[in-house]
Amino acid sequence: MLSPTLITVALAAAMIGALAGVLGSFLVLRGQSLLGDVIAHASLPGVVAAFLISGGRGFFAILAGALIAGALAGLSVQALRRGAGVKPDAALGVVLSLFFAAGVVLLTLAQTRGGSAGLTVFLFGQAASVLRADLLPMALVGGGVLVVLALFWKEFQFLAFDPEGARAQGLPVARLEVLLTLLIAVTIVLGLTLAGVVLMVALLIAPAVAARQWVRGLAPMVWLAALFGALAGTGGAVISAVGQGVATGPVMVLAAVGLAALSLLLAPERGILARRNRQAQAKKALRGRQVLAALGGLGADHANPGYAGDQAMLDAYLGTDAGPVLARLQRQGYVLPASLAPETGARRWELTEAGRQRLEAPDA
Amino acid sequence: MLDAVALMILGTGALVAISGALLGTFLVLRGESMSGDAISHAIVLGIVLAWMLTGARAGLVPVAGAVLAGVGAVFGAQALARSKLLGQDAATGIVFPAMFALGVLLINLNARNLHLDIDTVLLGEIGFVWLNTVTIFGIDWPVAGVTLAAVGAVNIGVVALLWKEWKIAAFDPGLAEALGLRPGAMGFLLLALTAATAVAAFDAVGVVLFLAFLIVPAVTGRLVAASVGGVLAVALVSGLAAVGIGYAAAFRADVSLGGGMALATGLGLVLALMASPRSGMVAAWVRRRALREEGLVAVLIAHLAAHEGTAVEAEESGPAVLVEHLGWRPAQAQAVVAAALDRGVIRREGERLALTEAGRALARAEIRRHDRRRVLGE
Repeated sequence: MLSPTLITVALAAAMIGALAGVLGSFLVLRGQSLLGDVIAHASLPGVVAAFLISGGRGFFAILAGALIAGALAGLSVQALRRGAGVKPDAALGVVLSLFFAAGVVLLTLAQTRGGSAGLTVFLFGQAASVLRADLLPMALVGGGVLVVLALFWKEFQFLAFDPEGARAQGLPVARLEVLLTLLIAVTIVLGLTLAGVVLMVALLIAPAVAARQWVRGLAPMVWLAALFGALAGTGGAVISAVGQGVATGPVMVLAAVGLAALSLLLAPERGILARRNRQAQAKKALRGRQVLAALGGLGADHANPGYAGDQAMLDAYLGTDAGPVLARLQRQGYVLPASLAPETGARRWELTEAGRQRLEAPDA
Repeated sequence: MLDAVALMILGTGALVAISGALLGTFLVLRGESMSGDAISHAIVLGIVLAWMLTGARAGLVPVAGAVLAGVGAVFGAQALARSKLLGQDAATGIVFPAMFALGVLLINLNARNLHLDIDTVLLGEIGFVWLNTVTIFGIDWPVAGVTLAAVGAVNIGVVALLWKEWKIAAFDPGLAEALGLRPGAMGFLLLALTAATAVAAFDAVGVVLFLAFLIVPAVTGRLVAASVGGVLAVALVSGLAAVGIGYAAAFRADVSLGGGMALATGLGLVLALMASPRSGMVAAWVRRRALREEGLVAVLIAHLAAHEGTAVEAEESGPAVLVEHLGWRPAQAQAVVAAALDRGVIRREGERLALTEAGRALARAEIRRHDRRRVLGE
């Protein structure tokens, strides 16, 4: 079960997942998630070109090739937007599809040359293709990314939350953006062998989105995203290594997206369930106040604070059955069933002293 | 040269280009280019699920499944973004990879029964469309081409029928809403057609290359033309040209024909970026140059006007002084003098330069403007 291959794969996936979570946090906060998708797709021609030039699948050659292509793609998006005034989404789509087309062309070129059997693993990633010898360079490059990130932490934090403020403070925003994009490109490239170019974006985005739901502040978010990323990476890689013929990328991505979905649902403050719950509570409280106000109003109309209101009247006032609301108010000690029930036999309710105070108190 | 196989490949490519241009024009104008990306990935899940539920691998069922999945991905991401828990970009970046990953996983798990090669879904190969043909009217037609022609006919019909409405909705959704045109429903129809076309096209060119035909020609058109009709026309021409050029080049280099065609759509874009009369680099350069020349001519005139009738006029109005006093390079000084002569604002008097009547008037206007600006500045 715990074969050396599996340990290698799990370690690599944990590293890549954590790194992707960290850098993805910045993409998510800056609203540039799809730039990650573009850079990932666009690194394909770089990977294949590096293979064609170096004649092998050496770690650093592939890394350099993919990095150059990814960086070129990022700059092309900027140039199309700023230089030619192309809309952001169109610029992303253009660069993604053209770079990928170039990658496909180069891929067929490599196939006719032969010896490229392993190149399509970059499309979806294959855990088994990670070699033990790749682990150390991977850790070194990933560590380098984190060191640079730590050195420029304050600047990047400023950039993530308030780019205009950063510019006003005189920070070199354009250059910092290029540096951040470069770090993201390195991260994407490191993850390609595991997740593949098509799905890498989800590995960047999903852990960051998940982390965002639980915490405030950049530092806690980044730590949590790293943890989520590592979990999804390891889990996905191990499942794919154990299962037969299952590509690694999809499993890692589904694990990460599953974490994100759970977080969106269950997070204590922002989560969808918590929000539903709060809304239901607020609605209940509002209903209760409406009934109290109606009873109070009836009392005032009859110049009799102890006036007992007819439940049918309250039903009509609320537009639905007031019974459950009245029962809850009774439990809370705000209303009492009125003592006298005359000819109709209809239930009647009166305000208690606590109910009158509650009615006069400003809303909590 | 153009045998039956080549004709089938080129025809199929042309059909992809036509449908891509028709839908892409409106996607790009509505700012939904990346929805094309999401759709083209999400359809994979739709196709696989349709197969798992009904066993159908071709025909209308997988198309329906793909349309549902494609539209579902876009609307799902929008619904997620409306919760304000995450941005539209992050929602898109999660939803469609998740659907694609699930599709790939299901294909992996069912590899023995479902003959759907995932590399083919992604990359396609238009060079093989002639392998799968159907005989209609005694002629062999590629199946992919026939499907694309059917989808293309629907696309043409819808765009022709809703031309005016889509035009309004693309530029001014608010106005469209006010006119009762229901831009939301139109957006839905556009996405559904895109998904159906993506299904038809993925056999031929693969989902990602379809994206190139969807977006790049339309963006090219946007750079060149100012009207929707113009954008569409340029997109059609540049898409069709890419099919021809890409085929020829890829055939000669012996690389993926579909990849070559998709890459060739970039040629039109580069051409438009450089040479478009509206927003091209050449046009911008010409404009910048003209503006700069105008500024320099104004400096020359101001210089001549300042010294006109003074003691140093003879000394200050020779061409050599421009180099010495204004710090211009000799070639530059020559060009500015030539431009000023062309405009008739100065004339040569032997060795000297003198203002013409027009030049004097221009100088006065310039001085007045300068004074006014100074007054306003204080």
